[in-house]
Amino acid sequence: MSAFLGFKPALLWTDALLLLLVVAVLLVVRHIRRHEHLAAPWRKVALSRAGMVSATVLMVFATIGLLDSMHYRPELPREPGAPAGAVRYAVEMRSLLDHLLDPLPVQVETSYSAPLATQAFNKTSMESDSGTVRDYPRLKFGGAHLSDSNTQWATDISARVLRGTLWGLATGLAILLFAAFVRGPAQALSRLFRWLVGNGDDAVHCVAWTVLALSVLGGAVATLAQGYHVFGTDKVGQDVLYQILKSIRTALVIGTLTTLVTLPIGVVLGIAAGYFRGWIDDVIQYLYTTLNSIPGVLLIAAAVLMTQVFMDTHPEAFETVTERADFRLLFLCLILGITSWTGLARLLRGETLKLRELEYVQAAQAFGVSSAAIIGRHIVPNVMHIILISLVMDFSGLVLAEAVLSYVGVGVDPSMISFGTMINSARLEMAREPMVWWALAAAFVVMFVLVLAANLFADAVRDALDPRTRVRGVA
Amino acid sequence: MATQGDGERGGGVINYIIRRVLYALPILIGVNLITFALFFVVNTPEDMARMQLGMKRVTPEAIERWKAERGYDKPLVFDASKQGVHAVTETIFFEKSAAMFALNFGQADDGRDIASEIAKRAGPSLAIALPVFVVGLMTMVSVALLMVFFRATYVDAGGVVLCVALMSISALFYIIAGQWLVAKVWRLVPISGFADGGDALRFLLLPVLIGVVSGIGSGARWYRTLFLEEINREYVRTARAKGLSELQVLFRHVLRNGLIPILTASVAAIPLLFMGSLLTESFFGIPGLGSYTIDAINHQDFAVVRSMVFLGSALYIVGLVLTDISYTWADPRVRLE
Repeated sequence: MSAFLGFKPALLWTDALLLLLVVAVLLVVRHIRRHEHLAAPWRKVALSRAGMVSATVLMVFATIGLLDSMHYRPELPREPGAPAGAVRYAVEMRSLLDHLLDPLPVQVETSYSAPLATQAFNKTSMESDSGTVRDYPRLKFGGAHLSDSNTQWATDISARVLRGTLWGLATGLAILLFAAFVRGPAQALSRLFRWLVGNGDDAVHCVAWTVLALSVLGGAVATLAQGYHVFGTDKVGQDVLYQILKSIRTALVIGTLTTLVTLPIGVVLGIAAGYFRGWIDDVIQYLYTTLNSIPGVLLIAAAVLMTQVFMDTHPEAFETVTERADFRLLFLCLILGITSWTGLARLLRGETLKLRELEYVQAAQAFGVSSAAIIGRHIVPNVMHIILISLVMDFSGLVLAEAVLSYVGVGVDPSMISFGTMINSARLEMAREPMVWWALAAAFVVMFVLVLAANLFADAVRDALDPRTRVRGVA
Repeated sequence: MATQGDGERGGGVINYIIRRVLYALPILIGVNLITFALFFVVNTPEDMARMQLGMKRVTPEAIERWKAERGYDKPLVFDASKQGVHAVTETIFFEKSAAMFALNFGQADDGRDIASEIAKRAGPSLAIALPVFVVGLMTMVSVALLMVFFRATYVDAGGVVLCVALMSISALFYIIAGQWLVAKVWRLVPISGFADGGDALRFLLLPVLIGVVSGIGSGARWYRTLFLEEINREYVRTARAKGLSELQVLFRHVLRNGLIPILTASVAAIPLLFMGSLLTESFFGIPGLGSYTIDAINHQDFAVVRSMVFLGSALYIVGLVLTDISYTWADPRVRLE
């Protein structure tokens, strides 16, 4: 089959886990939709403007990240003398995102170039008719289609922005129309009109305009990227826009896969400590106080240093650089999870201590219902809001932590593109005169948008799910 | 631990502290075992030597010499060939891990004594961390009170949005942008460096400012919710009913009661101030414990990292004890049993 496709699907560990997480989320969503009492608070999230706009932005990030998580190994061109059946695949993996962005990943300049530039950032000696001159050379790809970059540049840029805006507008409207159609084919057009003009629901109105704005932005960037380096290039000439898009997956993996570790440990230990009390409680409390008392960064640093030793002494375990980087990323998630379950466990322990004294739990115990059944039926559903709130609240912190850890040198593998490694390599360029600011600025801005969206969404979820804010009505 | 009761105060506290210290001991032992497992069991000293000396063409003699220089050439926990106590004491566990309880941290890879290095570097760390802590706390409380004073208006709503935006910015951005704007464009202070005595002020100004600004977002937002919880209490309504102005209510009643959780939470952070800030110190070239740790991580100096883990945990536990004690000072309703 793969010979027919021309590529071979490849599954990294993080890809598989991310996929598992998506399936789990879909199952939970289906479960919530079927139960009115579970769906009611989420409907409140759907009414929150900030919550829904940030959810839309997060969806865009998630789509990019998921596209970047579908890896494959392309087929190599057949060698002249090779037998007919022999197909060989490239060692390096590519993702669906790489494929969609083609040829952005391979359009590498020699060194720095400013955003949308047609000439390099540094002067080099060039041979010309009148001997050797030092000048800014034209870029190999950025604006290469222009015969005279000085006169044509402004017109070309504005034409591209206009074209991209129109394309984006058309795409955005098409997406909205599709959504309106899914809602109900009968009055799709009038519904779309209501969404845009704002007669309809407030949050939906905001989401519709967010979709349009994002599509226009995407359209403009996409058309510009076909002829220029929109955010410039870095020291080795790699396109910054491409790096930004690749960083998104790393951030999402760290923000979400860590919860796969945190959740089971935190939930099981937290509820067990609160429900069984006695020596079980003592042991679990001792465990999390001990872990908590080690400063987080240092524990992570110590563990990552030890992974590095392991990876260096066992080079045979990793076939490619990508696999090696992926193993380190996975391990980082594991470490972050091990250091961050304590907060969740403490919250759950406190809540379970309260719940187990309630009449219905006492009644169930008196009837001889087993502990497992009581926990499953009475405790877990009643602490679910704490679990969900702490999950969404943790995400933004983890994304920010990745950048700091990569700066300290205990984050992701240096060969893996992430916000942290981008910032780290661009940091020293601030001292150059004139300054190379674009890589840093792009990384910070995109990271800010991602974290802000996550924070706003988390606030909306907390306001809707937390019974304390529900009663008090404090927004 | 902290419960209501009417035991005598002085003796109770001392008893309590003794008990807390005894309780802290198993935690420190636990930390010690974790670090021992991480540094010596997961990977053997042999692996570490191989990595530090370079992977290729390492002779067994070079590895043995590396281990001998650092005292790693002993058995892990038990040496059957030695007599009596020496079977336990002349091991890696006893000499490298257990010795840390006596504050004997051994030597760094550059041959310096880690304990004296820590003593030397705690000062500069504190010079940054303490002002950041004090000024930061006051700024956050002021901003939070301001938002509470203007609660349910656009000032409050705008303030909350601003706080969320501020806490969404990476700590790295605050430092890089601050260095660029204040030190490079405006040329108000040196970009980095450190000096002793009165000259230190111009080096400390920017890092302290950045430390304060980067903490405002999350801090002010959290304190605002604490104050808002107080403001709906009955004693506040009583205060208003007897004719106090809103400002008097805020400062005399809400602030005092709202400060209890803030102060007790802050007390836990005080001992950890000694550890300094990893990022600030390394960006500003301040010779404190934070940059010491970063350098050790980058040079893979395992002895230093191990010591800092132990020191950090010990300070955290001191913070826990201080928190419990501070409850009794801040809130007369709480007695220690």
